[in-house]
Amino acid sequence: MLSLGLLFGTAVFAPLLGAIIAGLFGRVIGDAASRIVTIALMVLASVCAVAALATGLDSGSQAIAVPVSTWVQAGGFHASWQLRFDTLSASMVTMVTVISTLIHLYSVGYMAHEKTPVSRFFAYLSLFSFAMLMLVSSDNLIQLFFGWEGVGLASYLLIGYWFDRPSANAAAVKAFVVNRVADLFFMVGIALVFLQFGTVAYDNIFALVPAHASSVYHLFGSDLRAYEVIGVLLFIGAAGKSAQLFLHTWLPDAMEGPTPVSALIHAATMVTAGVFLMARMSPLLEYAPVAKDVVLFIGATTCFFAATVGLVQPDIKRTIAYSTCSQLGYMFMAAGCGVYQAAMFHLTTHACFKALLFLSAGSVIHALHGEQDMFRMGGLWRKLPVTYAAVWAGALALGGIPPFAGWWSKDAIIDGAFVAGGLGLYGWVLGVAVAFLTALYSWRMLFLVFHGRPRVPELADHAHESPFVMTLPLVILGIAAVVAGWLLYPYYVGERQAAYWNGAIFNGAENHVLANLDQLPALITLVPTIAAFLGLGAAVVFYVLKPELPGRLAASMRPLYLFLLNKWYFDELYDLIFVRPYRALARVLWHGADEGIVDGSATGLARLTAGGSAQIVRIQTGSIAVYAFTMLIGLLALCSVFLFFG
Amino acid sequence: MTVPFNWSLALPEIVLSVCGLLILVIGVFQRKNASGLLCTGLAVAAFVATAVLVLGAPSGVGYRGTFVSDDFARFAKLLALTGAALSVILSLDYNGRQKVDRFEFPVLILFSTVGTMLMASSENLMTLYVGLELQSLAIYILCAFARDEVTSSEAGLKYFVLGSLASGLLLYGISLVYGFAGTMEYGGLRAALSDNAPVPAGLVIGIVFVFVGLAFKLSAAPFHMWTPDVYQGAPTSVTAFMAGAPKVAAFALLLRIMAGPFGHLAPQWQMLVELVAICTMILGALAAIPQTNIKRLMAYSSIGHMGYAMIGVAVGTEAGVRGTLVYLATYLFMTVGVFACIMAMRRNGRPLDRISDLSGLSRTHPLLALTMGIFMFSMAGVPPFSGFFGKLMVFAAAVQSGLWTLAVIGVVTSMIGLYYYWRVVKVMYFDAPEPAFDRGARPVGAVAGAMGLVTALFLLVLGPVTGAAQAAAAVLFR
Repeated sequence: MLSLGLLFGTAVFAPLLGAIIAGLFGRVIGDAASRIVTIALMVLASVCAVAALATGLDSGSQAIAVPVSTWVQAGGFHASWQLRFDTLSASMVTMVTVISTLIHLYSVGYMAHEKTPVSRFFAYLSLFSFAMLMLVSSDNLIQLFFGWEGVGLASYLLIGYWFDRPSANAAAVKAFVVNRVADLFFMVGIALVFLQFGTVAYDNIFALVPAHASSVYHLFGSDLRAYEVIGVLLFIGAAGKSAQLFLHTWLPDAMEGPTPVSALIHAATMVTAGVFLMARMSPLLEYAPVAKDVVLFIGATTCFFAATVGLVQPDIKRTIAYSTCSQLGYMFMAAGCGVYQAAMFHLTTHACFKALLFLSAGSVIHALHGEQDMFRMGGLWRKLPVTYAAVWAGALALGGIPPFAGWWSKDAIIDGAFVAGGLGLYGWVLGVAVAFLTALYSWRMLFLVFHGRPRVPELADHAHESPFVMTLPLVILGIAAVVAGWLLYPYYVGERQAAYWNGAIFNGAENHVLANLDQLPALITLVPTIAAFLGLGAAVVFYVLKPELPGRLAASMRPLYLFLLNKWYFDELYDLIFVRPYRALARVLWHGADEGIVDGSATGLARLTAGGSAQIVRIQTGSIAVYAFTMLIGLLALCSVFLFFG
Repeated sequence: MTVPFNWSLALPEIVLSVCGLLILVIGVFQRKNASGLLCTGLAVAAFVATAVLVLGAPSGVGYRGTFVSDDFARFAKLLALTGAALSVILSLDYNGRQKVDRFEFPVLILFSTVGTMLMASSENLMTLYVGLELQSLAIYILCAFARDEVTSSEAGLKYFVLGSLASGLLLYGISLVYGFAGTMEYGGLRAALSDNAPVPAGLVIGIVFVFVGLAFKLSAAPFHMWTPDVYQGAPTSVTAFMAGAPKVAAFALLLRIMAGPFGHLAPQWQMLVELVAICTMILGALAAIPQTNIKRLMAYSSIGHMGYAMIGVAVGTEAGVRGTLVYLATYLFMTVGVFACIMAMRRNGRPLDRISDLSGLSRTHPLLALTMGIFMFSMAGVPPFSGFFGKLMVFAAAVQSGLWTLAVIGVVTSMIGLYYYWRVVKVMYFDAPEPAFDRGARPVGAVAGAMGLVTALFLLVLGPVTGAAQAAAAVLFR
C-alpha cells in the first residue's frame, strides 16, 4: 500500500518539482537543463502513474487515501491535502502524465526557434500538468478547486505566453475571465455541498447522499431540490472549464498560445476537467435527474453547434478547437445520460487523437513558418509524410471510422443516448448528425492541407518535415489513435467495466443504460457509422472531386454561411449583452462616481482648505491696530452672543 | 479659612521669589564678562527645589481667602516649573551664541514663573490679576531681550501693547464682576451666583471680558493675532518658554474660574468657549498651511493645540478637565522638544528658521530628524505618540457630553493639521540635503532627546499622568 501511495504521489508531485526547478532556477541552470529536468520528471511521473494504475488494478481494492498533510482545520470545516487513488483518478493521472510527457517532448522541437529562453515555457507546462493532476487526484472538493484554479492560472500564463502579442493577452484574459464566471457558480456549488453535508471530502459526501435526497431549497416561492441545484451549479463550473455552450467562447481564442499548449489544453488538461468532475460527482448526479437532463441538453447542443462552426473555419487550429468543443459535448451528453463510463472512455480516446491532431497541425504550422490558414496550404503530403500519416490516423479516429479509437467511444455514447430515451433521443439525433459533420470537417481539413495543388507555392516549396523530437510523439499518438479504442473498450464500457471501475463511478439503481448497450438493434448501432462514412464521402466530393462546390454552396446560402463563420454570433451577442453595458457602467462609475464624487470631493475640500488658509493669512498684516481692532470685534461678538443666546 | 494667615501654604512661591532676588544680587556682583552659567545653574536649582516644595506643600486656603493650595494648583505648578526649568537649560547655549547671555534672563523667567504659580493658586480675582501681570511683564521684557535686533524689539513692543489692552479688558471685567457681585473671592462669587435669581447683564459682560483677557494669553482666536509675530520675532529661547509654561498657567486659571466661581453659569458660557474653540482649531489648522517659517508654523500649531485643549474646558465636566490637563502635559513636552530642535538649526553661527532649511535632515542629522519627526507625528495626533492620547481624551469627553460638533471639527482640523506636520517630515526625509548644521550643544540635544523619548514612550507614563490629572480635576468639582 505504501509503495502504491508513493508511486501515485510521485506521479502527481514530480511535475510540480519540475515546474519549480525550471520556473525559479531556469535562468541559472539554462534552457537545456530546464528542458531535460522537466521532461525527465514528466517521464518519471508517467512511469509511476502507469505502475500505480497497474498495481491498483492488480490489488483490486477500492478507493485508497494517500495523506499528504493537513490543510484547514477550522471549527466544523476540515480539509486535508490528501490524494485519492481509485480507477477514475488513476486512469486520469495516467492519461494526463503520458500525453503531457509527449507534449513536453514535442515542445523541444516546436519551441526551438524561440528568441527568448524557453525554460519559462517548460515550467508552465509542468505547472499546468501538476494542477490538472492535483485536480483529478484530490480527495475533497476544496483540493479539487485548488487544482481547478491552478489549471485556470496555468492556462492563462500559457495562452498569453507570447506576451508581446496583444491578441494573445486578450485571449488569456478572456479565458481567465470566462473561467472565473463559471468558477463563481462552482464555488457556490461547493459551498452548498458543505452546507448540505457538513463536509467536502468525497467519501463522506457520497455516504450521505442517499440520506439527504429529499432536502429542498425554498427560493423565490418555489421549492428546488437541493441536489438539482448543486448539480446544475457544479455543471456550470464544469461547463466553464470544458467550454460548453454559453461558456465556450474562450476556447477558440485560446489558440493564441503556442500549439503544444493548445494540444495540452484540448487533450490532457483543462477541458477534460469538467467531464472528470461529472464522473467524479456521479454519486450525487445520479440523484439529480433534472440536472442530468440539463447536462444532456447542453452537451448535445454544444456538440452540434461546435461541429457546424468547425465546418467553415479557415484556420486549421480553430477547426480542431471547435472539434474539441463538439467532442466535449458528446462527453457531457454521455454524462447526462448516466453513462459516465462512456464519457470517460471518449475522454481518453479523444485525448489521444486530439493531441495527435493538434501536434500534427503544429507540425504543419511549423513547416510553413506560422501559416495557419488552410486555404493557403494544399498538396503538402509529399513534403510532410509522417505528419500526413498522423493526420490520417487522427482523422480516422475523430471521424469515427471503425475500428479506430473514436468509433468505439463515440458509438458507445450515441448508443447510450438512444438507450436512455426521453431527452436522450434529442441527443441521439444530434449525435448522429454530428457524426456526419465530424467526418466532413475532419477530411475537409485533411484534403485542404495535404491534397490538391499548393495554393501558395512559395510557402509549400520551403516546407520540410519536422525534426525527430516532434515526429516521435506523432508516431506514438498515431498508434494510440488507432488501437486505443479497441484495447480499452472492454475495460471502460465493455464486459469488464464493473471490475475495472470498481465503484469509482456510480450508477443509480434505475440506471441500466450501460447494461442495455448491447441489446440495441444492429441497425441502430450502425447509424452513426453510416453517417460517418457519408461525411467522409461528402468530404471527398467537396474537396477532391469538385473543389468549386463549397464556394458555390457558401455563396448560395450566404446568411447561413456567415452565421456559421461568425460562430453563431456568440461573441457579438456577449459583447452586446455583457461587455458593452459593463463597460458603460464602469465608465459611469469611473468618470461620475470616482472622478466626479470621490476625487471631486477630495480635491474640492483641498481647494476649500487652501482657499480658506489664504484668506486667513491675508488678515495677518503685522499692524498692531488691525490686531487690536480684531480683538475688540471678537469681544463685541462674544458679548453679543452671550447676551442674546446665553 | 480656618487659619487666616498660614505662611506655609505659599512656601514654594516665597522660596522661588527669594531665590530670584538672590540670583539677581549675585548677578550684579559678577564680573562683567562672566557667562550666564552660574545664574542659570542657580535658577535651575531653584526650580528643582521649588518643585520639591510644591510636591510637599499642604492643602488649604490662606491669606484671607486670596490663595489656595490644592491638587489642581500643584499639577499646574509642576508643569509650569518643568517647562521653565527646561527652557532655562535650553536658553544657556542659544543665548551664548546669540550674545544675549545676560544674567537677567533666568531671573526674568524665574519671576514669570512665580506669577504663573500665583495664577494657578489664585482664589481671588485680585490674586489672578497680580499673578497674570507679574508673569506678563517678565515676558514682555524677555521678548525684547535681544534688544539690538529689530524683530525682537518689535515683538516685545507688539506683545506689550496688545497685552496691555488685554489686561485692561481683564481688569475692566473684574471690576464689573465686583460691581455686580460685591466680592472678588471665588467662594463668595460662587455663592452669589448659585441662587436662582436672574444674572445681571453687567456681570455677564464682566465674565466675557475676563474670558477675553485670558483668551488673549492663550492666543485663542480671534485674540491670537499677536502670536505668530511675537513667536517669530522673539529669541527662540524666549519662544520656547512662552509657548509652554504661561499657556499652562492661563489654562489652569481659565479652568479654575470657569468651573469654580462661574460654574453655575456653565450652560451659558459653554457656548462661548465652544465658539472660541472652534474658531481657534480651524484657524490653527488653516493658517499654518502656507507658512514657510518653522517658528511661525509652530505659532499656528500652538494656536491649534490651544483650541483642542479648550474642548475640555467647553465640555466643563471632570472628564473634560482631565483631558485638558493631560493635553497640556503632552503639549508642554512636545513644544519644548520642538523648540530644542529649532535651536539646533544653526549654520555658520547664524540661527535658521525656514522649513526649507530642514531639507534632507535625515541624511545630515539622522537623530535630530528622527526626534523632530516624532514631535511632528505626535502633534498631528498619530498613535502611539503622546499627542494622540491628549486628543483622544478631549474628543472622548466631548462625545460623552454630546458635543459632537466640537469632536467632529476637532477631528477634521486634526486631519488638515496632518498636512503641515507631515510636510515637515517630508522635507526632512525626502528632499535633497542642505549642508549640515553647526555642531549642537549637549544640553539642547539632551533636552530634545529626552522630550522625544517622553513623547514616544508616553504610553508608559500615561497611567500616572492621567491619575494626577484626575485628582487635579476632581478638586474643581468637589
